[in-house]
Amino acid sequence: MKSQVELNGMLDNVVKKKKGIWQQSLNWRTALLYLLPSLILFSVFLFYPMGKTLYLSFFLTDRQGEANVFVGLENYLYLLESEAFLKSIKATILFVLYTVPTGIIISLFLALLANEKLKGIGFFRTIFASTMGISVAASSVVWLFLFHPSVGFLNKIIASLGGQGVDWLLDPKWALLSVSITTIWMNIGFTFLIILGGIQNIDEHLYESAKIDGAGYFYQLRRITIPMLSPTLFFVITVSLINAFQTFGQVDILTQGGPSESTNLIVYSIYREAFVNYQFGTASAQSIFLFLCILVVTILQFKFGEKKVHYQ
Amino acid sequence: MKNVELFNVSKSYEKQKEVISDISVSIEPGEFFVLVGPSGCGKSTILRMIAGLEDITKGSLRIDGNEVNLLPPSKRDISMVFQNYALYPHLNVEENIVFGLDVKKVKKFERKERCMEVAEMLGLTDYLKRKPRHLSGGQRQRVALARAIVNQAPICLMDEPLSNLDAKLRAHMRSEIRQIQRKLKITMIYVTHDQVEAMTMGDRIMILNEGKIQQVGKPIDVYNAPANPFVAQFIGSPPMNLATANINLSKQELSIGGRLKLSIPSNDLQSYQEDTVTLGIRPEYLKIVNSINTKSTNNYLDVKVEHVEVLGNETIVSFQLDTYRWQAKWNGQWNVDVGDIVPIAINYESICLFNSASGHLIKGPTQVENHIIHEVTV
Ligand SMILES: Nc1ncnc2c1ncn2[C@@H]1O[C@H](COP(=O)(O)OP(=O)(O)OP(=O)(O)O)[C@@H](O)[C@H]1O
Ligand SMILES: [Mg+2]
Repeated sequence: MKSQVELNGMLDNVVKKKKGIWQQSLNWRTALLYLLPSLILFSVFLFYPMGKTLYLSFFLTDRQGEANVFVGLENYLYLLESEAFLKSIKATILFVLYTVPTGIIISLFLALLANEKLKGIGFFRTIFASTMGISVAASSVVWLFLFHPSVGFLNKIIASLGGQGVDWLLDPKWALLSVSITTIWMNIGFTFLIILGGIQNIDEHLYESAKIDGAGYFYQLRRITIPMLSPTLFFVITVSLINAFQTFGQVDILTQGGPSESTNLIVYSIYREAFVNYQFGTASAQSIFLFLCILVVTILQFKFGEKKVHYQ
Repeated sequence: MKNVELFNVSKSYEKQKEVISDISVSIEPGEFFVLVGPSGCGKSTILRMIAGLEDITKGSLRIDGNEVNLLPPSKRDISMVFQNYALYPHLNVEENIVFGLDVKKVKKFERKERCMEVAEMLGLTDYLKRKPRHLSGGQRQRVALARAIVNQAPICLMDEPLSNLDAKLRAHMRSEIRQIQRKLKITMIYVTHDQVEAMTMGDRIMILNEGKIQQVGKPIDVYNAPANPFVAQFIGSPPMNLATANINLSKQELSIGGRLKLSIPSNDLQSYQEDTVTLGIRPEYLKIVNSINTKSTNNYLDVKVEHVEVLGNETIVSFQLDTYRWQAKWNGQWNVDVGDIVPIAINYESICLFNSASGHLIKGPTQVENHIIHEVTV
């Protein structure tokens, strides 16, 4: 007599054999069906262009962007020796350092303010978040006026205080800073909104409990708000970093990469290389370089940053 | 040990209707005081006012004789256990427990020592390095308790701390909290909506309904002589049975639905002015009549059983009396079927009578099964 367990095992085997590959892959096929729309979209707009970019980065191209001569890694070697490219990298790194921490600190500060329970606070919340609804082009034009050397609002304030006006966008020392200020202003809306959402998600009782223990505002901020906000901050930092690396619109409108290439951020440099100089090969090589940079930064951030993050 | 007094305290949120009206009560030093009432009656609001997390709209709150209405929570010498525990999810158990000591800049060495002491008392020593989300509900509750105790505040406020636990753990924690309170001589103000917790834990209990005090007293007194029908039905399980009864002074008779008549002793006659009253009787005083000679008197009622619950050591029988649904509780297991006709006796001594308009208690039960241990052992 075989035991019941053995019998069951045999039965299972019989059933499995009968099913065959077609039956067993049922789940996979179902999943694939659901994924199909996004797979198609991603392929057309993301995977294909990426493959093409990688391909082009190994070639010299004609003016139509067709691959002509295979040059291997020469495009990359050329880039690493090109002074303009190194300058562009330096400008991009500086730009990231200027915009990301400042933008997040300002947004955090505004979010903390807007979280207070005061009358009419909804008005301020809307105002602080409003830059999210303004396009890059529109806000750049606004700042173009503010930065105007003679009739710009900023220089007028400086003049009325008795100072010497600044050539915001025309002075190589100031231009990158000016573009950074514009960018910070534009990004605040989104960052503010996400951080405010994060703050409002924190259980009010935690603060009440701390209050009973006698913790002051800054103690609560340090020991409760910031740690509880860490996943939100992590998300916001990641998104801001990637955004900063990819900045294009405001550079195009405010400075066109000038003066003397001081604001020639990498994406703008790629654009110029490809569509002004028609060097699609080197432009592609730059794109791949940018992609690798963002990849490395993001991986590093996840590796080191995430340890300090507390998830619920 | 400190006392807490409320004088005519009222509370309304944003100039709306009062949610707490005119509460006056004095809580003795070292007392275990229980606030009990149905959901939304304002228990948490009272506790939060005592803690200073909510302003007092009217009236005054005194701790040790000093008015503290405007004192910030940290200056009131209290600790509080929140309904949802409010543990810091990003800190481990030890950090959670010593959070308050850290705020008060207690020395590191002493912090550790006090934490270990409390952890030992509550059986938390094995979990000190864990985050709250890796603890069971009961363990979290003990961490919340530890956090309150470690501060050594003389007054402790607890808001339904056991409501998330299973029945067994709840019973265990009831006695644990009570023992800690006795040992540390804390003045405890404990909120619950569970009448069993109120009965078993409190030195005194205060029953609230819709923001008003219904009764304050020792659990046993509240049980025996509820101040009004609300308290009568809130305390005790199954609740007290209620019905409208008529008083006929000339016949010295009390009748329920015209069917059951109880004679009123002449001593009691002068306390009844009204014709109709609300009669209440605890389910355990509804006795079954099983000998013929007691049947000869008038004070029994034949009722038709509608539902039976045998709980092992007791049996609960439900039946309809006029428009009211009544329940009787008998010791032991009874073999009763739905549809059976059962004779039930009601004793004048064991009933409560309430004024049918105001709800005030007119007469409490005089004959209670109140056993005293010395008498039994002699
Ligand atoms: N912030 C608030 N604003 C307006 N009304 C409130 C506020 N907090 C509580 N209330 C109202 O006050 C009343 C009492 O609330 P409270 O939280 O004290 O009830 P509770 O007795 O603790 O109930 P539960 O047993 O459900 O916890 C409720 O009717 C509630 O709607
Ligand atoms: Mg409550």
